Amino acid sequence: MAYLLAPRLLLIMGLLVVPLFVDMYWQRVLCSAGIYALLALGFDFLAEYAGLVCLGGALFIGTGGYIAGLLNHYFHLPPLLTIPIATVAGAAFSTMVLIPCLRLRGIYFAIISFMFPLFAVFIIIALNVFGGTEGISALDTFPSIWLELYLILAAVLVSLFAIRRLVNENMGIILRGVKDNDQAVRASGISITGYKTRAVFIAALLGCFGGAYLSHLYGWLGLSLFAMDFSILPIAATVMGGMGSLVGPVLGAFILTPMSEALRGFGQLRVVLYCLILIAFMVYKPEGIMNYLERKYHQFEKWEEV
Amino acid sequence: MAGDSILQVKKLSKSFGGVQAIMNVSFELAKGQILGVIGPNGSGKTTLVNLITGFVKPDKGEVLFNGKDITALAPHKIANLGLTRTFQVMRPYHSLSAFKNLIVPLNSPRVKRSAAGKLGDMDAVAIDILEEVGFERDARVPYKVAGSLPLGYLKRLELGRCIAMRPELIICDEVFSGLSMSEITSLIPLLERLRMEGITMIMIEHRLRELFRLADKVVVLTFGQKIAEGLAEEVMNNQMVKEAYLGTETKA
Repeated sequence: MAYLLAPRLLLIMGLLVVPLFVDMYWQRVLCSAGIYALLALGFDFLAEYAGLVCLGGALFIGTGGYIAGLLNHYFHLPPLLTIPIATVAGAAFSTMVLIPCLRLRGIYFAIISFMFPLFAVFIIIALNVFGGTEGISALDTFPSIWLELYLILAAVLVSLFAIRRLVNENMGIILRGVKDNDQAVRASGISITGYKTRAVFIAALLGCFGGAYLSHLYGWLGLSLFAMDFSILPIAATVMGGMGSLVGPVLGAFILTPMSEALRGFGQLRVVLYCLILIAFMVYKPEGIMNYLERKYHQFEKWEEV
Repeated sequence: MAGDSILQVKKLSKSFGGVQAIMNVSFELAKGQILGVIGPNGSGKTTLVNLITGFVKPDKGEVLFNGKDITALAPHKIANLGLTRTFQVMRPYHSLSAFKNLIVPLNSPRVKRSAAGKLGDMDAVAIDILEEVGFERDARVPYKVAGSLPLGYLKRLELGRCIAMRPELIICDEVFSGLSMSEITSLIPLLERLRMEGITMIMIEHRLRELFRLADKVVVLTFGQKIAEGLAEEVMNNQMVKEAYLGTETKA
């Protein structure tokens, strides 16, 4: 029992306790790490359990962020309402946009999903709507840093355990079937598009929540909500943390985001260092941190028994 | 007569680019029968399966299942009507354990409807079905990851996935190929039992001796055309069939 509980408790306590010992600046960093963790979790879920490599992170963040921000700016709804609304409506919208592409697989789906945030940016600039290139500022922010911090950390933990459970439920099994062999799933009388749509919706919920949260975190919405970072960093976090482990990507995001902040002193060189670290991981630990630790942990247990 | 027939294939044609894969093929199949489809490599047998099950859409012709036109239906809708298939190149969900492979068909609308919410523990049902197709429960084979199973079990798994659908018609695309003699002899009773249960079957096969023990009727394809249809002995004595398999005799 303790054997199973220990790693989980370690993770939960780690996420809940660490923020108490760092200063305001790093607390903010943890907040954005939380957003990336949600995206990475969604990416890992789609890629490893539904066979969809989705680079739609920026689409999710942008849609969620804009919906929450606009509701707050034009209708003066409080964050308590805008965040849930933006999460669901944003996820529904981004899923609808992606449905026609669900017939594509692998890299083709990835590229198409990568395109949509670029589209959105051009549409907003061209039509000069939703604040255009300036964005909209002076949105409501959270009353305290503690609320900011623990809201996102709670969201990360809840969605992590929810998705871990989901992948072993019937729906998760069917999705894994789609990933392994979609034709066989069709031969078993199940519509693969229906299940892929649901999977994308779930990942979009995570991303859109992150987006809505982000626009209230800074009290500002703008084109940078559609930034490529939101699509790319989750992949890096997933590679680093361990693909398919679900916990790994979350861990990866909580390592990479602060690391990226710490490297800020190097200016533009930051990206190069960042890439070097990633390459090192791919070469020396391609299985990722989490899969490695899990293997070692199980070995350790056996060794003790003998 | 039309009342008995479960499947009617009418003048089916399909070409891929310049290759005429299936040309004007028609046949009918009565409920409870086993139909063998034979023919040399590349004669269009698997294409025929794909056309009937909706994975490939025909250029011309139609397929009636229980009198209903299913030519334009999506594969999963056809499967839900009770027409299932195995794949020649096996398609297990290799990252799932064997019994979890059956969770997918057990979640199909067809099974849920016919069980009316009384399916009980799905895992237990899945393991029962696997035992039925020859997975030894005691040896814990059903719990092994499908990707690690040997060929014989994968073939059985394919059949198990079909049976889980509670089908009326199963199309077996070369279930015997690649199996050893003893594995084949252990599969035959299973197929006979399915027939006893009233399930109609189409068997695409290269193993003629074993097929003829089971089949009520045989259809022979060459270059996408049906060249013979009838009882096994009749068909094998047919001059055109001999030529298709052995080539034309040339007199020196």
